[in-house]
Amino acid sequence: MTRRARNTSLVAGLFVALGLMASNVEAKTLKWSSQGDIATMDPYAHTESFTSNMHHHIYDPLVRRGRDLQIAPALATAWKIVEPNRWRFTLRQGVKFHNGNAFTADDVVASVSRLLHPDARARGNLSNVERAEKVDDFTVDFVLKGPYPLLLNDLTGIFIMDKEWLEANNAVSPGNMTRNLTTFASTNANGTGPFILESYRPDQGTNLVVNPNWWDKAEHNLTRIEFRPIKSDATRVAALLSGEIDMMAPAPLQDLARIGSSDNFKVIEEPSLRLIFLGFNYRDQLHGDPGKPNPMKDKRVRQALSHAVDLATIQSRIMRGKSRNVGTMVAPPIPGYQASLDQPLAFDANRAKALLTEAGFPNGFKTKLDCSNDRYIADEQTCVAIAAMWTRIGVQVELKTQTRSSYFAMVDKGESDVYMLGWATLPPMDGYSVLSALVHTKGGGLGGNNPNGLSDPRLDQITKSVAVELDEPKRIAMMQQAFQIIRDETFFLPLHQQPVSWAMKRNIEVPVFADEYVRLWFTKVN
Amino acid sequence: MLRVLLSRLFQAVLVMLAVTAVAFVIFRYVGDPVRSMSREDSTVEERAELRAVLGIDDPVLVQYGRFVTRAITGELGISYRNQRPVVGLIAERLPATLELVLVATILSLGVGIPLGIHCALRPEGWLARLIQSLTLIGVSTPTFVTGIVLILVFAVTLKWLPSFGRGEVVQLGWWSTGFLTASGWRSLVLPAVTLSLFQLTLIMRLVRSEMLDVLSSDYIRYARARGLPAGHIHYKLALRNALMPVITVTGLQIGSLIAFAIVTETVFQWPGMGLLFIQAVSFVDLPVMSAYLLFVGLIFVTINMAVDIVYALVDPRLRSA
Repeated sequence: MTRRARNTSLVAGLFVALGLMASNVEAKTLKWSSQGDIATMDPYAHTESFTSNMHHHIYDPLVRRGRDLQIAPALATAWKIVEPNRWRFTLRQGVKFHNGNAFTADDVVASVSRLLHPDARARGNLSNVERAEKVDDFTVDFVLKGPYPLLLNDLTGIFIMDKEWLEANNAVSPGNMTRNLTTFASTNANGTGPFILESYRPDQGTNLVVNPNWWDKAEHNLTRIEFRPIKSDATRVAALLSGEIDMMAPAPLQDLARIGSSDNFKVIEEPSLRLIFLGFNYRDQLHGDPGKPNPMKDKRVRQALSHAVDLATIQSRIMRGKSRNVGTMVAPPIPGYQASLDQPLAFDANRAKALLTEAGFPNGFKTKLDCSNDRYIADEQTCVAIAAMWTRIGVQVELKTQTRSSYFAMVDKGESDVYMLGWATLPPMDGYSVLSALVHTKGGGLGGNNPNGLSDPRLDQITKSVAVELDEPKRIAMMQQAFQIIRDETFFLPLHQQPVSWAMKRNIEVPVFADEYVRLWFTKVN
Repeated sequence: MLRVLLSRLFQAVLVMLAVTAVAFVIFRYVGDPVRSMSREDSTVEERAELRAVLGIDDPVLVQYGRFVTRAITGELGISYRNQRPVVGLIAERLPATLELVLVATILSLGVGIPLGIHCALRPEGWLARLIQSLTLIGVSTPTFVTGIVLILVFAVTLKWLPSFGRGEVVQLGWWSTGFLTASGWRSLVLPAVTLSLFQLTLIMRLVRSEMLDVLSSDYIRYARARGLPAGHIHYKLALRNALMPVITVTGLQIGSLIAFAIVTETVFQWPGMGLLFIQAVSFVDLPVMSAYLLFVGLIFVTINMAVDIVYALVDPRLRSA
């Protein structure tokens, strides 16, 4: 026996022994991996949904999403609208932070003012709130800037921190980049959540242990979570196949078949809330063909471009049958969705050509098509296919794909003609997110992702009404009306709904969520 | 000697300034940090405000001036992504990269030099020919391919070694070392082999050709004619003279190993500076990117100086210059 072989078998024996010991005390550790890492432990110092997702295991919000993604009580047990701009929340009693401190109204007030501090990066997440006021130890009022129907939706992403802990660690105000201020809270955490932070090492791993005093009845059987970020897709798949990790979320589309065919692993899939679509240029000229009037201002041209796209082929070849083709702007679980609108325009190249001729462009026109190549699933391949399909009806396409950081900067500046965009309506999970960010005319705090001059007075009107309508059925009807107009005018070209795919060992039971959040407090290791 | 040192130091400062200046110009084209720092549905106003706070719309020269002034006082700013001091982030990752590079260098010297000597002494032997052709594959395969193949063989199929990470580390003050644990060493094997492969080949070929050159020179022939023992001729005379360029190349290669480490570190999720840099690039984390380039520049400059000094020690003729 060589020394190395002896060492290997020694280590292996040790692991077996450890495993036996572990199973005796029923310790269930879940090792899992994702592509991204936790940017910071400070819940108010970032805007990344993955980081927020990880914080949710350590911190609790006032209200949270349940298994069905519906809003359910968490640290708040009840709420009512006292005045249109004042909501009263009753807090859960007997909740303890991980350090043993009691959770009270003071913590909520301190958290909200910390989040609304001008230095907090995430303060936009609660942009309609003016302040929080303590009524008594377990009652808090949220004072809003005006009537606002989506307060609960916003609160699902606002984690409550411990006032005493913040004070003791000099972290009452958030960090400030220009003054080079970093707080204790960026590398440490003290929440009320189902798991307690044990160690946080960026790029190496984050370990959590179960919180035995969690206020909620645990639906999981984990005692420990070991999170290991692995940036490279191939390595992450290798780590799963070699058994070093138990689960990966998400799993790369091209490896699903290979992982799923193995006896030891399974792949679970769910349609994501993220819809992919193309946006058009509504300015006077196209960047791809300056000096001439913009053909895309003509509805028939936009329809022609839609009819020319063979979505079925993209779905089966590029998305490997995992996506769902769509005709509207939001996914089925989102308020504002209407099944009757969810029909893509039929693929019909002749109809497309006829529409172009009718609009006065029998020989097509020149346009740019811009896409990311690392933001959405198979984004680059999809755009290459679409460019080819448009070429067939005589439209000359100048395709450019680039990495996300330069791509979105360019789209924001309005320098593209047709551009790809994915929208999941997160965090609010509501159709209003589409209307306020993508559809409303840019300006005055709205239309932040409407860079290319889309402007329709009817849609602006509806957006403003939806923003303040507290009657839910009425609000939904208004949003549906807006999506009807968008479809009738073909203001966007919806492509497909992305899949969420996770891969794991067979003994792991975990629900997949359409918002792509990993909620390990529903996970069982058998 | 002192004059040489001083002039080197002056050159070093110039090089550093040039490196940072070039880096700053390049950064204009990597994208816009504001987008990655804002919420997906952020408003135009929010983004404009952030833009103003960061001062990224100021002219490049103004931003560069700000950076250099702060860098001189040792203040490299705060990461856009983590909101933690950049110096701390780099210090946290520095041990991982340096340990990896150290082991890779030892590996490439320890294997490359003996192989090179063998190939020079028995240039027509079958073993020499085999080594020559194998190392040709070594130089021509890209690092990420080597890495993935090694992972598939040793981690997935044989399950001997871990496919990612650094294993258990021990904290010695601010330095985290993987040298003190078994899992640390096991984790080090695949990345170190991957990283060393290219340099190993280079050193082996360099030693071989230099040795062949020296062996055919006149004084070696005289030494042989005088009947000196072969070992003395080969190792005391020929090898020592052949090692000069090897020192230079090794020195310079340590610099590029740190740079090449970006790919290796990404493939093996090695928590070093290369991984930090790659992530900074995809987030457009300008403070981290500039600090990293500054740091790598510094390493190159230091190594070059060190090589010059070692030259002087090895070659007495340079001492007076």
